Amino acid sequence: MLNDVYTMIWKEWRELFTSRAVGRGTLLSTLIILGILGVFLPLQVGAEWFTQPLTLMVWAWMPIFLTLGMVTDSFAGERERHTLETLLATRLPDAAILLGKVLAAVLYGWGVAVLSLLLAALTLNLSLGGGPRFYTPPFFATALGFSLLSTGLFAGLGVLASLRAATARQAYQRLSLILLVFYFLPFGVQFLPADWRLTILGALMRLDLTSVMAGVMGALLVFNLAVLSLCFRRFQRARLLLD
Amino acid sequence: MSQYAIRTEHLSRAFGALRAVEDLTLEVPAGILFGFLGPNGAGKTTTIRLLLGLLPPTAGTAFVLGYDVRTQANAIRARCGALLEHAGLYERLSAADNLEFFGRVARLPRDERQARIRQLLTDLGLWERRGEPVVTWSRGMKQKLAIARALLHRPDLLFLDEPTAGLDAVSAAALREDLVRLARQEGITIFLTTHNLSEAERLCQQVAVIREGRLLAVGSPEALRRQRRAPVHLVTSGLTPAVLEGLRATFGVEVIQSGEADGHWAVNLGPQQSVAPLVAYLVQHGVAVEEVRREHVSLEEVFLSLVQENEHAE
Repeated sequence: MLNDVYTMIWKEWRELFTSRAVGRGTLLSTLIILGILGVFLPLQVGAEWFTQPLTLMVWAWMPIFLTLGMVTDSFAGERERHTLETLLATRLPDAAILLGKVLAAVLYGWGVAVLSLLLAALTLNLSLGGGPRFYTPPFFATALGFSLLSTGLFAGLGVLASLRAATARQAYQRLSLILLVFYFLPFGVQFLPADWRLTILGALMRLDLTSVMAGVMGALLVFNLAVLSLCFRRFQRARLLLD
Repeated sequence: MSQYAIRTEHLSRAFGALRAVEDLTLEVPAGILFGFLGPNGAGKTTTIRLLLGLLPPTAGTAFVLGYDVRTQANAIRARCGALLEHAGLYERLSAADNLEFFGRVARLPRDERQARIRQLLTDLGLWERRGEPVVTWSRGMKQKLAIARALLHRPDLLFLDEPTAGLDAVSAAALREDLVRLARQEGITIFLTTHNLSEAERLCQQVAVIREGRLLAVGSPEALRRQRRAPVHLVTSGLTPAVLEGLRATFGVEVIQSGEADGHWAVNLGPQQSVAPLVAYLVQHGVAVEEVRREHVSLEEVFLSLVQENEHAE
């Protein structure tokens, strides 16, 4: 099973990185994200980059954008390019195909996030001088976990959209709408009645950051599992062929 | 392996009110090239999907290489190769990468995989271009590569769904040649769907004709041809109405072209009836027979008459 998942990841990455049509675009967008998160933003924030979790959390899920095209293309793209039926006619188990598609995107997005964190540390150490600086272990672990779970959630949502969409473009549009909701959710707070806002703010102020992060990560984990189980329910060879 | 590569009994698949495959009972002996013929929308592709366990049947049973399509679909897919309606190649990847992926899928060990890829690409004349993205290739080359992919893991049974559709005559002939050579070399059973009847006639040891999901006939192309009435052309002199009536009464012939004016008669004999007794009868009755020629019935004519009979029966 693990071999089969790895085979699917190999194929997805091969298409993503080495094909002439897509490879350059992938490389360019990866470099841009690494440049922003690993060099530009750390230089703007300075030494606080290592100690201000919220700054880091706001940007840690940026690599999700790298995986959007990949996950929405996962099944709808194969259907459009007439490769899906051939893939389904192989001996690969359902779980291997599905997990391979999700993990290929998650590992890519998360890999870029981890690289960004490490590059940011290097950039700041070079620019600030003095003794070596790094994230505290709990902070670093939280950043890694948050990034992994948020990438996993959106990869799962993207694959789910792709399973249900006729074209990769349609899947991309659907996932973009979901992303917009997530992105603008914090802005929606200002439209709440003033006393509600005060209550929420008060509640948040009483919480310590560790509890908030634990709550967020727990919720992300539950959402990840829920989305993945929806993907498994949706993945049926006959249904994929006939849709 | 059993004597039959494929065995179906009353296999049916409906999509709502549409019966795509209906009551299909079929036996495909192992080791032959079997043609599954039918017009567009006859149910050929649905049958392949049923046999590969990609669609569950709504009724009936099917066993492929001894495995039940309902419960052992993974085992079937592991032992079968398939070139379906589309070539199904990852066109952004190179030919070598395509085969590498499907070789990994089939769990071929690395050395065996590399050797097999080299052998198949060399056999099909594609080795020199293995590094090029498939998107730049011609349709004929892509189909060849798709066949290499389907044969990569040395399957016992190969499903080919209209493999030469959309190819020009030269590419189609080259592909057919490669197909037959490789099939012999590998000793596998091939289940070929096509509506190209001359192709089926040339390649297949047995054929089945399907229309609107129902099986109309099955057998060797020769046997199917023998079952049809083949016109016999006679150039005679002295064939009187009385002798003609005698021919009708004795042999059940049906005159399809009268030779009263020029002595050239064309008559239909019953299926599997020999011409010799008819000629002997004519000679005995004083008719001078100058020429006898039995018209060749092509598989296409057999197919068309089967379809027409089926239409009339409805």
